Amino acid sequence: MLGRVRARWRIGALAAIVLGAFAAAGCGGPGGSASTTAATTSKATASAAPTCGKGPVTMKGYFETGFPITKALTSEFTKQYPNVKWDIREDQFAVITQNAPRVLADDPPDLMRLPQVSELVKDGLLKNLDAYAKAFGWDKWPASQLQQMRLGPGGRPRGEGSLYAMGLNFSMTGVFYNKKLAAKIGMTSPPTTLAELDDAMAKAKRAGILPIQQFNGGATGGLAFPLQDLMASYGSPAPINDWIFQKDGASIDTPTNVKATQHLQQWIKAGYFAKDVNAVEYAKMMSRFIAGQGLFMFNGDWESGNLDKKMPGKAGFFLMPPADADGKQAAMSAPLTFGIAAKAPHADCAAFFLNWVATNPKARDIAVQVGGSHPMGPADAHMPPVKEGSVTASTLEAGSKIGEDNGAMDFIANATGAIYAKSWTPQLQKLVAGQQSPDALLKSVQSDYENQVKS
Amino acid sequence: MARALLDDVIDVYEARSEPRTEALPPTTARSPARPAGLRTSFWVGWLFVAPALLFYGLFVLRPLLYTFWYSLYRWDGIGPSTWVGLQNYSKVFTDPDLLKTIVHAFELIAFFSAIPVLLGLALASTIRQIATSRLALAARTVVFLPQVIPLVAAGIAWSWMLSSTGVVNQVLSHIGLDGITRAWLGDFSTALPAVGVIGAWVLLGLCTLLLLAGISKIDPALYEAARLDGAGPFREFVHITMPSLRQEIGVCVTVTVIAALASFDIVYISSQGGPGNATMVPGLEIYYQAFSERQVGVASALAVVLMVLVLACVLPIQWLTRDRDR
Repeated sequence: MLGRVRARWRIGALAAIVLGAFAAAGCGGPGGSASTTAATTSKATASAAPTCGKGPVTMKGYFETGFPITKALTSEFTKQYPNVKWDIREDQFAVITQNAPRVLADDPPDLMRLPQVSELVKDGLLKNLDAYAKAFGWDKWPASQLQQMRLGPGGRPRGEGSLYAMGLNFSMTGVFYNKKLAAKIGMTSPPTTLAELDDAMAKAKRAGILPIQQFNGGATGGLAFPLQDLMASYGSPAPINDWIFQKDGASIDTPTNVKATQHLQQWIKAGYFAKDVNAVEYAKMMSRFIAGQGLFMFNGDWESGNLDKKMPGKAGFFLMPPADADGKQAAMSAPLTFGIAAKAPHADCAAFFLNWVATNPKARDIAVQVGGSHPMGPADAHMPPVKEGSVTASTLEAGSKIGEDNGAMDFIANATGAIYAKSWTPQLQKLVAGQQSPDALLKSVQSDYENQVKS
Repeated sequence: MARALLDDVIDVYEARSEPRTEALPPTTARSPARPAGLRTSFWVGWLFVAPALLFYGLFVLRPLLYTFWYSLYRWDGIGPSTWVGLQNYSKVFTDPDLLKTIVHAFELIAFFSAIPVLLGLALASTIRQIATSRLALAARTVVFLPQVIPLVAAGIAWSWMLSSTGVVNQVLSHIGLDGITRAWLGDFSTALPAVGVIGAWVLLGLCTLLLLAGISKIDPALYEAARLDGAGPFREFVHITMPSLRQEIGVCVTVTVIAALASFDIVYISSQGGPGNATMVPGLEIYYQAFSERQVGVASALAVVLMVLVLACVLPIQWLTRDRDR
């Protein structure tokens, strides 16, 4: 009896201590204060562009696995500037996305592959690159190249304000097609309107060819690619960008977007996607397309080099055609984003490297030949020769067409840190399974978006 | 964070399932004649426990308290946090997406607990009857093998087998069941059961082995007596095997229920919660909330709720299967 009373007293005391500890901690919750943001502007002045100096420097990099371009660029840089060595850690993009805040805060790399940056800027984890941009003359490049990496104070809105990241090159998305299968259905040139694209898909279906090879399994809803292309086909890219950039009052639930989602649903209902598309991962889509299963694939030019190698001469690329014959074309186009940690020890050298990547002829060759995408930098800068008729040639050409039409969009999956995994992916999987309507899909994504932007 | 909590729970219950010593008669060491000796041994005892206690506190109790502390804030893991009291808990109980993950966890119990325990009982008593043959050894090894294979490898292998062109569908087509072939992990109605099958396969070996160990402790004389009284294999099973295995069954159910409620790795590897959240479970949701949505507060609140839930499920099981004779 006495024992039980004593035990009860002990539990009471423990509870009191725990609560007391929380009450004491209550005045300062977990996490730092917001004041770190102020200290992130760079020291560089407009008069003297920073360099890596003459002494030995070891640059700490945190890059994405499976992108040989970073390795090629850093090795070439060391060849030209032997005092600079690299200490590189690599991870998959999903891992980088989850680690980014903690790594930037606790173990700041000099150069890091970045996911969506607005939340990182909000927490003051990235260096403001405005002074570097001025010193190196980045502000004289075509403005659209840097637009996606500009952010307002506190991380919102995106698309204007200070520069917080840089690209190693910028990629372009559109439709890849299998030339052999295209010839079988009598498609001799890429479709120029949405109706022609529909027609080609219908013919393929009748001929027993899978019209679209796409991924939509697991946590990666790849139907977002054709969906956004359809959105740009029916409407203008500007309101889509406003939504991605978190401008006040922006909505994804617009009449033209509803039409685009309905069109995607028609493709699903017509059986244009593989029956098991909800279980197809990105890698499986690639191997199936390369194996000749599927006429079209909605994807980006980071695969151009790969396709030129694996199915030489057999793959083609075209930009998503507009709904009307005289309509403008648009494409998802985003820089391969890299940033400098706010507390990076060798920030100047990292900025010098980023400038070198965009301006050095050797580096620009690497951006195209290894990276498969258009290099950053001035519009009239050196361009490496590419093989006539290759996929790389057509994606680079598409890049200049998008520049003319001012049709570059960021990816709808990049609007917030969680919108892809938690909203687009499950919603698109439900659309495939016939458990969601186009209208309700957009409403649901919009409501998730508003919750996430608010927080 | 969640793992630490659950490991703690597992530890507690593994400790509980061992024979209790509290019913032993009081020792005579507490004689008033040697108070000094008592004091010394008291401190020596604590000294022996201290290293383990230190690590337990550092890696189990401290994270547990931190999790509870975080659950009272809105926090992105880096920046400043705001005190929100119990708001994160009310979100856990009102957000249909979060509530659904808990429902899924309970659906998984059918696969993670019921199938391995029932099938394990059948297997164990079958193996007992052929205990002396080589076949028994082979059967034991084969059944236990899934426990040895890393879960990640098992998850990947199963996702291949369950894919639209995988072994499962090939076999179904061969026996004329083309109509039901599908991408099992990509279909809304079959994804969760498919994940459950993988879990059942993994846990069956553990249950079988535990139950076999229990069976081998049963006095063979009991079976002999029963047979002399004219009992068949079924009656033997019901009247001798089952009652004698009460404690082992308790351990099996406890461990597998915890595995079902706290599942993470199998789901993460095979379906990542998809399609359309059809296989989203609390463990995965906690991870997504903390590292993808960066809602550390909500993630912590869900982790605390999950811990309480596991305790609420496991305590009655422990009480029911307790050996009352001792």
